[in-house]
Amino acid sequence: MIELVWLIPVFPFIGFLINGLFGRNFPEKVIGWIGALSVGASFVVALGIFLELLGMPAAQRSVQKIVFTWILSGDLNVPIGFLVDPLSMVMLLVVTGVGCLIHIYSIGYMHGELGFRRFFAYLNLFVFNMLILVAANNFLLMFVGWEGVGLCSYLLIGYYYEKQSAADAGKKAFVVNRVGDFGFLIGMFLIFVTFGSLNYLDVFPAAQEKLTQGGLMVTLITLLLFVGATGKSAQIPLYTWLPDAMEGPTPVSALIHAATMVTAGVYMVSRCSVFYAMAPVSMTTVAVIGGATALFAATMGITQFDIKRVLAYSTISQLGYMFMACGVGAFASGIFHLMTHAFFKALLFLSAGSVMHAMSGELDMRKMGALSKKIPITCTVYWFGTLAIAGIVPFAGFFSKDEILFFALVRNPAFWVLGAVAAVMTSFYMFRSLYMTFYGESRVDHETAHHVHESPPLMTVPLMVLAALSLVGGFVGVPIFEGWHRFGDFLAPVFAPAKAILEHGHHAEHHSVTMEVVLMAVSVGIAVLGWLFARWMYVTNPSASDKAVEKFGSVHTLVYNKYWMDEIYDALFVNSIVNFSKLLWKYFDEGIIDAIVNGVGSVTRGIGELLRWLQTGLVKDYAYSILLGVLVVIGYLVLK
Amino acid sequence: MIPIPEVNLGGILPALVLCLAGLVVMMLGLFIRRGAVATAAVVSIAGVLIAAAANTPLRMMDKQAFAGLINLDAYTWFFNLLILISAGLTVLTSVRYLTDDGLDMYEYFVLLLFASAGMMFMVSANHLLIVFVGLETLSIAIYVLVGILPSSKKSKEAALKYLLLGAFSSAVFLYGAALLYGSAGSLGFPELAKYFKAGQISRMAYVGMGMVLVGFAFKVAAVPFHMWTPDVYEGAPAPLTGFMSVGVKAAAFAAFVRVFFQSMLPAQMNWIEIIWLLAALTMVLGNLAAIVQDNIKRMLAYSSIAHAGYLLIGMVAGKEAGPAGMLYYLLAYTFTNLGAFGVVALVGRKGEANVMIDDYRGLAKTNPFLALAMSIFLFSLAGIPPTAGFVGKFTIFSAAINAGYIWLVVIGVLTSAASVFYYFRVVMKMYMEVPETQPAELQFSPAMLLALGIALVGVLYIGVFPTNYLNLAALSVKPLF
Amino acid sequence: MVTLQHYLFLSAILFVLGAVGVMFRRNLIVILMSLELMLNAVNLTFIAFSRYLGSIEGQIFVLFVMVVAAAEVAVGLAVAVAVFRQKGTVDVNEINLMKW
Repeated sequence: MIELVWLIPVFPFIGFLINGLFGRNFPEKVIGWIGALSVGASFVVALGIFLELLGMPAAQRSVQKIVFTWILSGDLNVPIGFLVDPLSMVMLLVVTGVGCLIHIYSIGYMHGELGFRRFFAYLNLFVFNMLILVAANNFLLMFVGWEGVGLCSYLLIGYYYEKQSAADAGKKAFVVNRVGDFGFLIGMFLIFVTFGSLNYLDVFPAAQEKLTQGGLMVTLITLLLFVGATGKSAQIPLYTWLPDAMEGPTPVSALIHAATMVTAGVYMVSRCSVFYAMAPVSMTTVAVIGGATALFAATMGITQFDIKRVLAYSTISQLGYMFMACGVGAFASGIFHLMTHAFFKALLFLSAGSVMHAMSGELDMRKMGALSKKIPITCTVYWFGTLAIAGIVPFAGFFSKDEILFFALVRNPAFWVLGAVAAVMTSFYMFRSLYMTFYGESRVDHETAHHVHESPPLMTVPLMVLAALSLVGGFVGVPIFEGWHRFGDFLAPVFAPAKAILEHGHHAEHHSVTMEVVLMAVSVGIAVLGWLFARWMYVTNPSASDKAVEKFGSVHTLVYNKYWMDEIYDALFVNSIVNFSKLLWKYFDEGIIDAIVNGVGSVTRGIGELLRWLQTGLVKDYAYSILLGVLVVIGYLVLK
Repeated sequence: MIPIPEVNLGGILPALVLCLAGLVVMMLGLFIRRGAVATAAVVSIAGVLIAAAANTPLRMMDKQAFAGLINLDAYTWFFNLLILISAGLTVLTSVRYLTDDGLDMYEYFVLLLFASAGMMFMVSANHLLIVFVGLETLSIAIYVLVGILPSSKKSKEAALKYLLLGAFSSAVFLYGAALLYGSAGSLGFPELAKYFKAGQISRMAYVGMGMVLVGFAFKVAAVPFHMWTPDVYEGAPAPLTGFMSVGVKAAAFAAFVRVFFQSMLPAQMNWIEIIWLLAALTMVLGNLAAIVQDNIKRMLAYSSIAHAGYLLIGMVAGKEAGPAGMLYYLLAYTFTNLGAFGVVALVGRKGEANVMIDDYRGLAKTNPFLALAMSIFLFSLAGIPPTAGFVGKFTIFSAAINAGYIWLVVIGVLTSAASVFYYFRVVMKMYMEVPETQPAELQFSPAMLLALGIALVGVLYIGVFPTNYLNLAALSVKPLF
Repeated sequence: MVTLQHYLFLSAILFVLGAVGVMFRRNLIVILMSLELMLNAVNLTFIAFSRYLGSIEGQIFVLFVMVVAAAEVAVGLAVAVAVFRQKGTVDVNEINLMKW
């Protein structure tokens, strides 16, 4: 079965070809099912390989399958080959599994859209590239998928290209990603120079031999690769494209945010765990950037009213957690969170899509409310997703997040504080979005209210599957009990070398069970705190959140007193946080980051414009230029 | 007794065939009143194919002919083939362009064939005289071709600029050759190599070397000798622009590399830094200037300047890997750029119409195939996998990294990241914008379809299965070392 | 005594004069003449070296340069005529339709 690993990426590619080349006259259903089934077939193959892998001894679970030699010239030998090991296995299963569900959902969601075929063709191509990325056995092939994913995201985000904002968002995604790719490419070249090969199985085992612990080269390589990861996985400072990526159709957001694309950076860092383990500086950088992003993006999430934007910032924040996990050396926990996140984030996005579907495309949570009765299934699954992301026992997010926080504390309590604060906020803004959307008073306008309806089974069934996964997905990695942490044990062989390097010279940390239990209690407490806070603000005492509206309304004495209370409360808690976040958003996000991105663009353009003026169109000026060149060249040669 | 040098007509047969085909076209043109273009094209293609057949034995040879003036080796073979590919594809893309414009000009093909023959001499030269003669044969033919559009002011202006600056740079080149002659006593490459190896290199020889370098840098359009490129590329007929950016550039690079590696390698330390600087300037300026262009021909002109910069990296990298990377890159670039200019020629029919980037709006709607092909060509230019352009950039960059020129590669990677801006602008226009006016129906001719098809297959095939071609390139640079 | 240096010096001066002419003259015909001057300066260098080194190669080179120069001027004049017909001027400073 493992021999058939090449089939996994091939199926979606076939789907892409069929739909792209011949799908012109196919009915919608056929196109949709071709797309969904091609990914489904990959999932089946992946599952088969997974079962076979489980049957093998743990030490041998690393199989290479080379399809053909791609580039062979001199000492450069790059095959088109795939590596099956626990790490790529997890990624393959997540990508194909969640990807397939999103495809099925899309059949219902995109029903009647113009360009239905185009959508499914791109979607399959996207999955294909992602599978190449995670299954590749060398850096160059990984880069091919890496670039391909960027390209497809550009096509999909810009899907509604009649909308200028969509086209711009697509372009932004691609360009920002290219900045990240620059780091990846240079890092890859340095790896090639150092090792004379790009194949994982040549490079990683030789790492300790060819690189010095904490040396300049390994630090440079890892930092450059991390630049690539920040671009793809939307970390500070290259995260700005992700919130804009909401311009694409909702299933695309789900695919980009949950199963593919953004997880690529985390995967890559984990894949290179040996390098990172050898470069403490890079480890710290990864952890700091990850932690900072987790916190920063969470504060962004609080201020948003667009339901998809809330989710977008939460993705950035959760990715921050994953990087923080990698940075503190808990690679397996990072991947664990990646998996659970794929479940609940896909769920949340798809249910947001379902809400949108019900609300005739409305995204503003201020115009929602009290939808729980009208779209009960969506509401229920949204609950599942929210509980999972907030980290409430026993949902999937609890286990993975708890594990990350535990390792963060062991490494450095400062990281734990970052993570814990971000967790409160996460819980708060997620429940806020839940209550604003489904509870409280209805703020839906009459026209829309008339049409509110539950989505068809094609959409709700994938939602239910994902909801189930969000509930049980965490049980593969239950802490404390011996032998219950199957997920970590499964991945252990991949990260064993990195772990050995990290623990070299240190005593293996003794994990006290009491501490773990206390931490768990604290995490849950934190999550519940955020929850209650949101509940109090948006259900029990909704005026608190509407204060801005009421401030300019009738100032009733009776209200006044209450208002006074609210003011204190606002000044103490909400306002300071909200205003701070708004400030951050306004000045940091729009002011600094966007300014830098745009600034780089306009400076390049400006230089281009300047150069343009040199091109006068006059022969004599061109001759001057040549003469100048001649003089410089001769001067150099003679004087040297 | 006077020794009679060996005359090996077989070795220069490809060039002779092209000359002969040119003469045949000239003759036929006198007698055929109508449809001369079609006939000329057929004869030209036949000439190209026969020349390609005549070229095959060169691959296995490694010798000199004509008293050591001409090199018959795998390097010559490779570039002859490259020149024939670009000439053939250019013929195919030109037919419709010429008839569309009502230009029943068979002379176009005559000149194209003569130019190609000149290039072949240039790449096979073993003496600077032959380089010069080949260079001028090609240049003079191209001067006329650039100005061939009778009613276009831009075309005439382009011809004038190219001619004046070309002659100017030729004079510089020649003066350099004269100084080298004075130092080394001969301009044959083996004699030059002997002189440079002896170590007693005079200042005069360095000046001569610098001026020869400038002459080549002008032809390959390296900054700051590039200023003619955008104007000439914009004014020339689109298919010819493709030919110039590929064939002429390949021939110039071939001679450049041959001269500097075969005869001046011992002085490498002196010229390599100059080329380093030229490469860096060329990449930066070419890419930055391309960003602000609105005319697609001008944009592609700057892009071709930028690509000259990437190729120069291969020269800097040296050893065998660098030039081998260049050869592969040139092959990839030949298919890519000829394809791109083929599309430009197809869309921009009727001389000067439809040459702005805005004219590509909504092309994906009206002509999905054409838009897809153009996108793939642009991806290849931008170096996005799995196209040939990506493998080319990768091999050149990795050769340079191996040789220790990390900063040059950093510049290369950064600028190629920036290049995505302008290549993608065209893709965006094609896929994500709606045309303002109803675009005119495009006239596909079978020849054009064939050319685009070949280019497209070439770009993808040698990108996905590059190994054989990389080996060919490596094999072909062997005679230089 | 007229030595090699004299010839080289003279041809260098001629070459620079030609180059200056190309850059500063506005009339197309004069520019073509300046180019000829540059090429002939090169020829002079070649001949001088040829004589000095006692090798025939330089003289052969000169013959080729002359042929090429003739062809170049022929094309140059033809283009000049064509440009004059379209624009009514041979002032190169007014020939800048394409720029930037």
